[in-house]
Amino acid sequence: MIIVIDYSVGNVKSVCNAFEHLGVEAALSNEPEQIRNSAGLVLPGVAAFGYAMDALGDLAELICEQVAAGKPLLGICVGHQLLFEQSAEHGAHKGLGLIKGKVIPLPRTQRIPHMGWNSVQFAGYWPLFEDLGRSRYFYFAHSYYAQVDDRQAQILYTDYGFELPCAVRKNNITGVQFHPEKSGPQGLSVLKNFAKMCQKYPKGTLNDRK
Amino acid sequence: MLTKRIIPCLDVKDGRVVKGVNFLNLRDAGDPVELGARYSREGADELVFLDITATIRRKKTIVDLVREVARNVFIPFTVGGGICDADQIDLLLRSGAEKVSVNTAAVDNPDIIKEAAQRVGNQCVVLAIDARRSQKSSEKWQVCVEAGSKPTELDVIEWAQQAEQMGAGEILLTSMDADGTRAGYDNALNHAVSSAVNIPVIASGGAGKLEHLYDAISTGGADAVLMASITHFGDVNIKQIKQYLAGRGVCVNL
Repeated sequence: MIIVIDYSVGNVKSVCNAFEHLGVEAALSNEPEQIRNSAGLVLPGVAAFGYAMDALGDLAELICEQVAAGKPLLGICVGHQLLFEQSAEHGAHKGLGLIKGKVIPLPRTQRIPHMGWNSVQFAGYWPLFEDLGRSRYFYFAHSYYAQVDDRQAQILYTDYGFELPCAVRKNNITGVQFHPEKSGPQGLSVLKNFAKMCQKYPKGTLNDRK
Repeated sequence: MLTKRIIPCLDVKDGRVVKGVNFLNLRDAGDPVELGARYSREGADELVFLDITATIRRKKTIVDLVREVARNVFIPFTVGGGICDADQIDLLLRSGAEKVSVNTAAVDNPDIIKEAAQRVGNQCVVLAIDARRSQKSSEKWQVCVEAGSKPTELDVIEWAQQAEQMGAGEILLTSMDADGTRAGYDNALNHAVSSAVNIPVIASGGAGKLEHLYDAISTGGADAVLMASITHFGDVNIKQIKQYLAGRGVCVNL
């Protein structure tokens, strides 16, 4: 079972709907027990960074602990931004610090928010982005972005007047700035690939280690 | 590169999609969930659902509609119509909408934009403006509220700029003069607004043929084009629209 972390911000339901459509077992939850027993975690998020981090509260530590033990984690939009060390959105805020980099405003040379469908380019390989089909377009809606300091973590970028990093991965952690749950068939295939990755995650590993 | 978006708009009244001319003479255009799913399959970039039901019951029906659409459609959609506070916006987003549009409520109380943007993020808050050409000056437009029935003293351009400052993430700009006429968008209006703000502008009202969509993007400077009549009644489909625009050098997600 994949757990979509329910921390009371924005449109978290759509990720569950997409998994349901794909026939993948997933549920929205903020119960520590369910999070511990899951095959993988999705950190969604439509909100301001500080608000989202506050709403996450004690779950932040639990997520980091689960990820350290090897459980796959997918961060989406603000969930992707939370993976980084800090954000400058409405004041300075600390993030989960799982990936090196910081969240900063998009340059005002283009319209803000960056809203709509943009095509992605590959900076590296990661099985989550396999079999996307013909289209490389994904749906974006954001005013801030994560500047990635760990160059090896950067997997995808998109052109928005500059090379905007839009997907990162490190070990079992993946973050995408776009919304796979709202990006039609190619978005659904990213979620399907994530579900496959979770299947490979050995169940009970965490409990055995304790 | 960011593409220009093609957005079918579904006006929903008592659970059915309807479409009128100049906001009047409504005609049935089908079931909202079915029509939304069809547009998604055809390659629409986004959908807009506007609840124009004039009764008090709509608050519940609109949430049900959003839930049902979200289970069947995997592209972004905006919902609007009679939204009056940040709690409602929050509920609609939690039910599966990507964005919520506000119109009359924002004119009555502009703080709703600020409050909602701080809570859910600018990108989820769309300001819908129903604009009517001023009778005094041809290059001025006035904001109308309550489904276009009530003119206000607000100037469209100033209102758009104020909304951007308060945190609106996008403007859905409908020309009441052009709406449903199929005679083309009001591109003087589109251009005036899109060059006055730095948030995306969706041009709405007046699409009748493919050329009109191109004009709204090239002359009007719109980031997205909204249409209803021409696609609801099968005159053209989304793929034809995108192929046409791509042929004229517009970047679209085809």
